[in-house]
Amino acid sequence: MPATKFSPSITSRPVYPGLVSRGAAPSLMVADAEGAEALIDLVERDPAVLDAAHIVYVPAGAPFGARLSALGARLCHEAPSLSAALPRIRAALAEARMGFQLYLAGTEGLIGRVAAEAVSAGLPLDAIQSEHRGSIARRMQCVHCKGITEDVATDPFVCAHCGLTLFVRDHYSRRLGAFQGVCVDAETPGIVPASQEIRP
Amino acid sequence: MTALTLRVAAKEPLTPLVTRFRFEHPEGARLPLFSGGAHVVVEMTDGNQLRRNAYSLISDPNDGSGYEIAVRREDAGRGGSRFMHGRVAAGDLIRVGAPVNLFSLDLRARKHLMIAGGIGVTPFLAQIRQLDRLGQPYELRYAARSRAEAAGLRLLPRSPRVHVHISDEGGRMDLGGLLAGQPLGTHVYTCGPEGLIAAVEETAARLRWPRAALHSEAFLAPPPGRPFTVRLARSGITIEVGPHESLLEAIEAAGVDAPWLCRGGACGQCETAVLSCRGEIEHHDHWLDAGDRASRTKIMPCVSRFAGEELILDR
Ligand code: FES
Repeated sequence: MPATKFSPSITSRPVYPGLVSRGAAPSLMVADAEGAEALIDLVERDPAVLDAAHIVYVPAGAPFGARLSALGARLCHEAPSLSAALPRIRAALAEARMGFQLYLAGTEGLIGRVAAEAVSAGLPLDAIQSEHRGSIARRMQCVHCKGITEDVATDPFVCAHCGLTLFVRDHYSRRLGAFQGVCVDAETPGIVPASQEIRP
Repeated sequence: MTALTLRVAAKEPLTPLVTRFRFEHPEGARLPLFSGGAHVVVEMTDGNQLRRNAYSLISDPNDGSGYEIAVRREDAGRGGSRFMHGRVAAGDLIRVGAPVNLFSLDLRARKHLMIAGGIGVTPFLAQIRQLDRLGQPYELRYAARSRAEAAGLRLLPRSPRVHVHISDEGGRMDLGGLLAGQPLGTHVYTCGPEGLIAAVEETAARLRWPRAALHSEAFLAPPPGRPFTVRLARSGITIEVGPHESLLEAIEAAGVDAPWLCRGGACGQCETAVLSCRGEIEHHDHWLDAGDRASRTKIMPCVSRFAGEELILDR
């Protein structure tokens, strides 16, 4: 699956310009599902990028695990979910020194969450690159109850925490790595537009 | 520029080449506070020549009782530092501009790494006091050729955060090792000779440091040079620039108002359009890029000079 092209939106909506090798600098590469293909393409363009790389992969049912580990990175780990991988990611960031590079590939939820972890660990934004691949489902925060609903694929959607019907906004919180969901029928209770699939 | 008339409260030689000056308000009034890295422009009236040189403030930014600077005597310079050393005495009145900061700390940094070469230590002396007050982590690396020349030794606090490298004693700084070992969120600040700044930039680029984490200030004094003639089109006059004055000083001496801020080729404030140039502009600034220079349509009069037949400025 090629890199996703998103339609133009507000300037604060994150964009994912694609991964560019920063050479043999120590790095962490985190991908989920089809994001693996972005890492494979990156290594094909510049094999040196693997010299001091640590790969963490969340397959989410995708079949790329064997190809990723065959790349021959210094460290390559698979995890059943991003939450399960976070302690390993945090440990890698805690050891990192300036010059460290973070390559993120896959869904917006993964990119946003890991980028937020990295920024809170002090990694400069310029050291974080990302490429969107695979599902365009979003990680949404309900602005009312603050609960996070993962993998939201329709607009509007029902908050998994408070049950309000939320409109999917392009407004994004870097700190949370999540888009904002706003009650769709606050002024007209019960009048909810038909739910549609989210488009890129 | 708002300038204050201050009294020279102290003048103390630190090394054979570097002298510390302290300025206070003649009536004891408080001076405006500043932030670490700020400089002041000192006015020196030498006969009918008015020189203005910029010096980093080395005193505590939060102390309004006086301003302190450290001046290195540049015997090959235009004469400003020689004037300060030889002709300014304690008790004299002197005009000092309000502090301006073109080399401020990025207080979002998790750690501040400061690399000083020689007299380039001066802005850091104020910055470390600011950081001590804020409780922010820093590490200062001070490199000097010899102990006798190292004025910083007299000015820096004894602290585990301050490291001194004397190259005569084989204590050269290992930039590669230093920059490779910094925690995430470190910003690096370099002040000193251009060679040191370039070496830090190259090493940081090789180690893939983001550019936004790099800061530098070259202490650039207007170089002396051969005299030349300039036509100021808007003012309708032609002026001569002497060997020991800058183009900006010559423009000011002719009574023409011209903008400036750093007087060291760094801030961009003095940029002036070139209407005609038959000859070579000697660009000494850090402001214009290669394209600007190639187009020969801009000049920074605070540091740059000219050699050739005709230079006409839009001034
Ligand atoms: S006055 Fe700052 S560049 Fe000339």
